[in-house]
Amino acid sequence: MSEQDNDKGIVLTEAQKRARRSRSIAIAVSLIVLVVLFYMMTLVKGPMILVRPL
Amino acid sequence: MSLISEAEFNGTLAEPSMASVGDYIALMKPRVMSLVVFTALVGLAVAPGAIHPVTAFTALLCIAVGAGASGALNMWYDADIDALMTRTARRPVPMGRVKPGEALAFGMTLSVFAVAVLGLLVNLLAAALLAFTIFFYVAIYTMWLKRSTPQNIVIGGAAGAFPPMIGWAAVTGSLSFEPILLFLIIFFWTPPHFWALALYKTADYARAGVPMLPVVAGDAHTRLQILLYTFVLAPIGIAPWPLGYAGPLYGVVASITGAIMVMLAVQVFRERRPVERACRHLFAFSILYLFLLFAVLMIDRGWGGLIARLTA
Repeated sequence: MSEQDNDKGIVLTEAQKRARRSRSIAIAVSLIVLVVLFYMMTLVKGPMILVRPL
Repeated sequence: MSLISEAEFNGTLAEPSMASVGDYIALMKPRVMSLVVFTALVGLAVAPGAIHPVTAFTALLCIAVGAGASGALNMWYDADIDALMTRTARRPVPMGRVKPGEALAFGMTLSVFAVAVLGLLVNLLAAALLAFTIFFYVAIYTMWLKRSTPQNIVIGGAAGAFPPMIGWAAVTGSLSFEPILLFLIIFFWTPPHFWALALYKTADYARAGVPMLPVVAGDAHTRLQILLYTFVLAPIGIAPWPLGYAGPLYGVVASITGAIMVMLAVQVFRERRPVERACRHLFAFSILYLFLLFAVLMIDRGWGGLIARLTA
């Protein structure tokens, strides 16, 4: 393998790119859900969000 | 550490992943997850006291994600035996679509998030129970009992029985006898359910070296154990009615379905051929039985309270 080939690193195939894109979208959706969940729970609980009795 | 070597399934670590979102969903065992969410919902619905619908949704989401995390960690650890059984050979890790390390990282990340979010947004008891459930399923059942004793699914069944207790704890922040009774129903339901399956998948388990009861103790002894556990299960299934936790509707449904369970267990006991219809019937009906018990309990007992909470 030439030095020029090494510089390119790993080149993804189209299938690998599609798989990576779908995983990235899923991670983004999960993070948005988490943000919305924390936002809504803060609205629901108000100042009580900091009170967590056993 | 997993018993399999990473290279066995996937080549080098530097190889880019081909895993799709569907593979990661499969890692979470969605069918098991749906039963967990349903039983947790019933625990949540029958619990006394108020819970905001958003809090209830958050609790169920965390329980679902925790169950999914357990499934992913189970598939990471069990990939070597999954590859040997027809029922599990097409799972993402043995197929090589997800690397064992990826399944481990996915499961650990989901576990931490599910427990932390449940503790921060709902309550600490529910979070502690969820953490214990994940630990019990992965460390006690998957890593220890499953490969070492024919009582694996009896003791390990406790992991599947915790969700109604978590649902109850999410509402009340405490526990009482009623959620423990729901726990006992699932606990005693698990052996007849899984042993019925194991009876017609004995060759699979034997090939993988999993010491399921039919592999170790034989066909006849397993059939007897199924019958005995069903004799215990049926009255426990009815118990919420005489104990005052449910009304006559539940009592009637639990009695009829419990009688059918006993009848099917007797058929399994009397049938002598190794791979039989009776086992498949018992396995299939046992799922319907558990669903009916919990659904009717929710309608009979919890539905009114749940609607009142949602409209309050």
